[in-house]
Amino acid sequence: MEHIRNFSIIAHIDHGKSTLADRLIQHAGLINKREFRDQILDSMDIERERGITIKSQTVTLPYKNDRGEDFELNLIDTPGHVDFSYEVSRALASCEGVLLLIDAAQGVEAQTMANLYAAMEHDLEIIPVINKIDLPAADIERVREEIEIELGLDSDAAILCSAKAGTGIEEVFKAITERIPPPKGTTKKPLSALIFDAQYDSFRGTIISCRVFDGSIRNGDTIRFVSNSATHRVEEVGVFRLKLERRKELSAGEVGYLIAGIKTVSDTSVGDTITLESNPSAVLLPGFKEPKPMVFSSVYPIAADDYLSLAESLDKYKLNDAALVYQKDSSAALGQGFRCGFLGLLHLEIVQERLEREFGQFILMTAPSVKYKFLLKSGEKVTVDNPHYYPDPGEIEKSEEPFVRIAIIIPERYMGAVMQLCMERRGVNSKFNYPTHGRIEINFDLPLAEVIYDFYDRLKTITQGYGSFDYEFLDYRESSLVKVDMLVNHEKVDALSLIVHQNNSRKRALNICERLKEEIPRQMFKIIIQGAIGGNIIARSTINPYRKDVTAKCYGGDITRKRKLLEKQRKGKSRMKMVGAVEIPQKAFISILKTDDS
Amino acid sequence: MAAEIKLKPGLYIHIPFCIKKCPYCDFYSTADSRLIPAWLDAVKREILLYREYSSSFSTLYFGGGTPTVINEHAMRELVGFLHENFTFLPGAEKTIEANPNDLSRENLKMLRDLGFNRISLGVQSFDRELLEFLERRHTVYEAEQAIELIREAGFSNLNIDIMYAIPGQTRDKWISTLSRAVSFKPEHVSCYQLTLKEGTPFWNLRKNSTICMPEETDEEAFFLETAKFLKHRGYLHYEVSNFARDMKYVSVHNSLYWKHHPYLGLGPAAHSFFNNTRWWNCKSVKQYLKSFEDGNTPVEGREELTDDQLRLESLFLNFRTTGGMDIESFQTFKRVGTVLPILEKSNLVKIKDGRVVPTTKGLLVADSIPCLFL
Ligand SMILES: Nc1nc2c(ncn2[C@@H]2O[C@H](COP(=O)(O)OP(=O)(O)O)[C@@H](O)[C@H]2O)c(=O)[nH]1
Ligand code: SF4
Repeated sequence: MEHIRNFSIIAHIDHGKSTLADRLIQHAGLINKREFRDQILDSMDIERERGITIKSQTVTLPYKNDRGEDFELNLIDTPGHVDFSYEVSRALASCEGVLLLIDAAQGVEAQTMANLYAAMEHDLEIIPVINKIDLPAADIERVREEIEIELGLDSDAAILCSAKAGTGIEEVFKAITERIPPPKGTTKKPLSALIFDAQYDSFRGTIISCRVFDGSIRNGDTIRFVSNSATHRVEEVGVFRLKLERRKELSAGEVGYLIAGIKTVSDTSVGDTITLESNPSAVLLPGFKEPKPMVFSSVYPIAADDYLSLAESLDKYKLNDAALVYQKDSSAALGQGFRCGFLGLLHLEIVQERLEREFGQFILMTAPSVKYKFLLKSGEKVTVDNPHYYPDPGEIEKSEEPFVRIAIIIPERYMGAVMQLCMERRGVNSKFNYPTHGRIEINFDLPLAEVIYDFYDRLKTITQGYGSFDYEFLDYRESSLVKVDMLVNHEKVDALSLIVHQNNSRKRALNICERLKEEIPRQMFKIIIQGAIGGNIIARSTINPYRKDVTAKCYGGDITRKRKLLEKQRKGKSRMKMVGAVEIPQKAFISILKTDDS
Repeated sequence: MAAEIKLKPGLYIHIPFCIKKCPYCDFYSTADSRLIPAWLDAVKREILLYREYSSSFSTLYFGGGTPTVINEHAMRELVGFLHENFTFLPGAEKTIEANPNDLSRENLKMLRDLGFNRISLGVQSFDRELLEFLERRHTVYEAEQAIELIREAGFSNLNIDIMYAIPGQTRDKWISTLSRAVSFKPEHVSCYQLTLKEGTPFWNLRKNSTICMPEETDEEAFFLETAKFLKHRGYLHYEVSNFARDMKYVSVHNSLYWKHHPYLGLGPAAHSFFNNTRWWNCKSVKQYLKSFEDGNTPVEGREELTDDQLRLESLFLNFRTTGGMDIESFQTFKRVGTVLPILEKSNLVKIKDGRVVPTTKGLLVADSIPCLFL
């Protein structure tokens, strides 16, 4: 155990986390130069495009120091977005230290701060690493200063490297082995291992990533999940190289994988503790949370015939994303679909993109909603996460909506703008902290509905990316809510209905009317878009028809040309939803999530 | 008009020569008249390729280009050769497109002798300035003269082509062109909107803002006024751009295209349609000639239409004609149940005698209506 180190790399986007990870892998000799493919750890397309890590991946690096001692260094990758902050915390809980990577030209940025706080919460050894020193714009002295002043860390301890050029890599290894403490724990105690990730493999079922704190696991052991007491027989354990590498056992301090005939990822929960059936450890490792969907939206196939194939795709998708929950749903305007629960808006977008890209599904999603609670006059209590089931307003005694406690860390200069944003979004109960000089931490109680509606994007805009943001569920609070319906040519489009706070209803309805006006193409008849509460029209816009589109002539050859055009349009239809005779592009459904000023 | 069209095929001959290229035209034609003899030779060879295929045609249509630019000798030879190898039904509609200043007494007499019974005259406008703007070869006077000569020669089926939405054309100007056209009591009028095609000189002029095209609302007004004007004067608006004084003057040949009836097209760029297969010749005269030199056929492409493609075509073709589509075939398309009532309510289509037919307003958007049922 003396020769094991467990660590993560944390960094602001683009500061070079993936590049450094690849470089470490290469340096450890896991691959040769020729195989060196950029950014091995981030294997999903979407992640690469968005520059965020969603699914973490782990690798065990062999390392021999200058005294000839052999080490095993476990690099545990962490996801990088607030929707996944829970996963991040589980990954960090599996480490003893982190490399805090800072771009030599950009310096300390918002996520650098947020990441630092997360690492500090877990009492980890923090090694600042200044990357990209090869850049002409690199300003190492300034970055050192920021490390001292803004992060409150010892800048002399910072390592200089260029992940791209490969300089300073040996120093990074040295620091990992010399400064990060070896894991504590003992094989003498009963097994307790933390699940920090799980992935689905179509041949082998669920592959659990875990960190063993005490005890050991071997093939043939019967393990038990402490949260739900489910038991499984271990088929294989091992460590992550670039591929899985079998071992006889995983013991205290080690990080590796475990395969135990578990069919879907949802049968395991990240954060859960694994122990042995025969000799159980009584305690759940701290910090376990069931993944809780916070945001709900319905997914419909754009072509009704694709319902079954969408169902199949969701089943397959779910194998690898335990956080997604769904059940059947149907809508008058949109037909059969699914009501889904997501961790947050980003999670929603990722699911949408992956369904389209990896599963070829053309889908449409309804306006996201949170879960509301209603006390009816009859005394009945109902929970509604779908505007479709909004109770008859005459029957409602009391409405409640979920509140979260948000934490925003920003440079002081943005304080005014951020305060204003929070108040606009019905924030109450503010609190301020000054974690380090020049930085301020702002806490507010905010309705979750306001948070999922574009809050993060707005925050990023007004803080120019310097805002780090996190939230956690607080409680349900009384609120005056109304349901706004959108009508297109007098036909209600239930996918566009939403539950909002009374005071916001007109503004939101107007905003949606305008958005739809922009996104719905002109058609041959006038299109009237209305927002209504009950029978009351509160907002309206119109799309004037086009007047003339017909081509003058259509003889011999024109017919083929024209047909081809229609065939192409028909293909494009797979991204349109017909409501009555009006074609609503998929884009329109998404656009309503954005505010005017974003 | 639908019912009485015979299922016999039509014959189209493309004569791809113009004396001078008009600045808005993107039809394939060449001003190089030296190619005419070789072209004639090649067309004759192409005729021989098909002579087995069809015993008799229901129409003959000489289109262009400007068919009247070929000389008397070539014209006689071509028509003679056609009759040697093909037969035509008695009373077959035989149309030739003509440019006003190519017509003379003699030449019209020859066309009659050769069996043509319908002339489609490219007048475009009875307004001097607009004719000049369009860079047509003829004058207003020549156009009027030509009409008189056509009547004198005994042609009792005349189509006049005129054009609206020309830059600088006011509605009044257009109405006076329309009135002038109608004053000659043509059996048929085709009113086309000037549309600019990429690559034409006018297209470029618009791009650099030298000319300014009418707004969409003007286009709409032109169209609606045209329809109204001609309807009042007894013309039948039977297709987007076509008007006939009587059912019997509906263009038989053009209707073949719109009804998926068979037709054979000869000459460069001509299209043919038989047994659900459409094929087309290479576009340029040079390629066309070369294919014969090389011992090949000039056919450049061919497609066999699937049932779905045929349905799709008939959908948009039908909505371009006031005959519309019979309800039963129509009901096989998607969304008819929801969309049809909306179209009816918006006064874009109506249901008449078991057919869904576009209204005048519907013809304005005839290209979009099918999109709703894809
Ligand atoms: N010049 C230079 N560029 C680097 C270095 N490390 C990473 N980059 C570049 O910075 C960009 C972001 O790197 P990446 O590893 O994807 O960042 P991540 O978002 O933190 O994973 C990429 O274009 C890298 O090529 C470095 O040491 N020097
Ligand atoms: S005469 Fe007719 S075919 Fe020839 S260029 Fe002019 S418009 Fe085109």
